[in-house]
Formats: sequence, structure tokens, C-alpha cells
Amino acid sequence: MELLKLFIQSTFIDNMVFSFFFGMCSYIAVSKSVKTANGLGLAVTFVMLMTVPLNYLLENYVLKAGALSWISPELASVDLSFLSFILFIAVIAAFVQLLEMVVEKFSPSLYNSLGIFLPLIAVNCAIMGGALFMQQRNFATVGEAAVFGFGSGFGWWIAILVMAAIRERLAYSNVPKGLRGPGLAFIITGLLGMAFMIFSGFQM
Amino acid sequence: MKNKTFQSLTNPLAKNNPVLVQILGICSALAVTTQLKPALVMGLSVTAVCAFSNLVLSLLRNGIPDRIRIIVQLVVIAALVTIVNDILKAYVYDVSKQLSVYVGLIITNCIIMGRVEAFALSNKPLPSLLDGIGNGLGYGAVLVIIGFFRELLGNGTLLGYQVIPNCLYEAGYVNNGLMLFPPAALIIVGIIIWVHRSTNKDLQEK
Repeated sequence: MELLKLFIQSTFIDNMVFSFFFGMCSYIAVSKSVKTANGLGLAVTFVMLMTVPLNYLLENYVLKAGALSWISPELASVDLSFLSFILFIAVIAAFVQLLEMVVEKFSPSLYNSLGIFLPLIAVNCAIMGGALFMQQRNFATVGEAAVFGFGSGFGWWIAILVMAAIRERLAYSNVPKGLRGPGLAFIITGLLGMAFMIFSGFQM
Repeated sequence: MKNKTFQSLTNPLAKNNPVLVQILGICSALAVTTQLKPALVMGLSVTAVCAFSNLVLSLLRNGIPDRIRIIVQLVVIAALVTIVNDILKAYVYDVSKQLSVYVGLIITNCIIMGRVEAFALSNKPLPSLLDGIGNGLGYGAVLVIIGFFRELLGNGTLLGYQVIPNCLYEAGYVNNGLMLFPPAALIIVGIIIWVHRSTNKDLQEK
């Protein structure tokens, strides 16, 4: 039950795109067609589901003040948290690289459809943001961290899918010249964000 | 040559602005701009990281194997951001608290990666440094514009000082609370892009 709450919270109430603006760059750039948006959303969700728990383990068994005491009690005073940025991003970049190789080997068709988006994920701020929020919120178990990662990724997926669908329809409308493309995309995202604000009144 | 070097500094300020034209680095541009002060600090931090990462990676550019360049770039950038984060914590602790995770997110700010990939890896150190400074300042300028409107309309203050006179409030003027919420930032950016494209006609999409 707690985990379900956390999932709903991270998917809708704290939606990565609409309340934190994470992953905006690829969100605006890749939301031109539903098909590619769907592929990218899937990839982001998967990478978040894997990297947030990985970084959680790293944070709690290596980086935090006193986290190294499981090796020997003398290390209890070591605080490596200043290394967290570098290690988190290294885990994410390495995981994305690994994923790229696995997908290329086992499912060339998926690889071709995701193609350029896979390496882009490494610098999608939603993923690094997920890791940093995980660090701030002090989850109790690795399961909670995994649910948080999955929920956040899923929320991002929904957001980009909705956006792509709207933009496909917009291709046929008559928009003022200066507003075409990114300008309008931002304003639509703003309106979607207002719609998502109703979730913040949710009592769980 | 002299002129060209100078252009790499001035071009990103308006004509080729990283936020408005290249659509890079949006996440932090929106999140930290509820007030002017964090927007200023963020603009300066990104300028510093962007300038130095361009400089360092431009110096290293002939020694980095192509296949692992992304990891090398990320490590250099992450190290610079760690330094910036500690400096902010030491000197402007309250702003650093306000910026929270967004300082760490400078690492994945696409402006920095984008400029390293597109410019520093194929240019000499000096133009790269200037390009970094120019792009950082171009980003900062947009942040300041957004922060200005959001703080003025949302709180009636600028940099924490009250700007809108009390008599206006007594006459029934109310702060627009929506300005402090995320959607307002998106809409302001949309409008800025609209204005920018209306004055630079060659950027418009057909």
C-alpha cells in the first residue's frame, strides 16, 4: 500500500516534467511524433527503474557519512558524499552504454527504432534528477527507491506521449509564425502543467 | 580571425541564444527562476562551468579517444560542478539551499555538453573559452528575464525588495500566485521565444 502511494505520488503529483521540469530538452525536441516519443519514454522509464536503485545502493553503502562501516568499523568516520555527483553520473552513463550494447545485440529492430535516443538518455536530466531526489528523500529500502524510479519514469513517459499526440494534431492548425515549433510547445506544456496541478490537491 | 574569435563570445547572447534558439538547458532555466537572486547565481554558476569545461576539454581534445569521449566529458563536467557546489555552499548558503538539486543538474545541463561536443572538441582553447562564457551569459540573460517577471508579478518584489508600492495593494491590486508555480515559467518562455522569433524572422519555422 505504501509503495502504491509512492508510485502515484511520483507519477502524478510530483510529475517529473510538469512540477520539476526534468528532461525538458528531449521532451521538447523529441515530441514531434507519437512513435518516437513512445520509444524514448519506454527507454527513460527502464533506465530510471534500474539506475535509481543502483545509485541508492551506492549512496547507502559507499557514499553517505559512515556508510562504509560495513567493511570495517574504523571506516565509520569516512564521508564520501562530495563524490556523489561524479559517481551517479558515471553509473548512469555506464548503464546507458551497457543498455545500448545489449539492445543492439539482442533486438536490432528495437535498436534501430530507438537509435540516436539511447545515448541521449545519459544527459536526460530526469535520470540524474531522479538520483539526486532519491539522495534527498532518504528512502528506507531499495524497493522504495525502485518504485520511485519507476513512477518518475512512467510519469515522464505519460507526459511526452500526451505532448506528442497534441503536437501531431497541431500540425494542421494555423499558428502565428513566430510561435511555431518550440514557442507553442512551451505554452502547451504550461497548460498541461496547469491541468496536472489538480493532482497536488490529492489527499493520500 | 580576431573578429571571428570575438563573435564566438557575442553570437550566443542573442542571435544564437542557447535557450531560445538551440532549446538547450531548459530544465534549470525554469526551475530556479521563481526569484531573481537564485536566477542570477545559477546563471553565473553555469557560465563558470561552461567556460572552464570548454577550456579544459579543448586542451584535452587531441588526447581523448572518440569512443569514450562522453564519459570523459561527464567526469570533467561533474568535477567542475562539484567545485561550484562547494563554493556556493560556503559563500551563499541560503541560495544554495534554494537551488537544491538543480546545482547538481548543471552536469546534465545540455548547454554544457552541447557546447563541448559542438565547439570545444574542434576548436582552439581561447575561442572555446569565449564560446563557453558567451553561452553561459546568454543562458543567464534568459534566466534573469524570466526571474524578473516571475518575482515582480508573483511577489511584487525584486531581489527581495518591495517594488510595487503599497498604495496599489490598497487600491485592490493582488499578486499573481500562479506566477510562482511551474506552468507560468513555461508560458513566459513560450512568449519570450515568440517575441525573439518575431524580431529574428530567419529563425521562424515554415
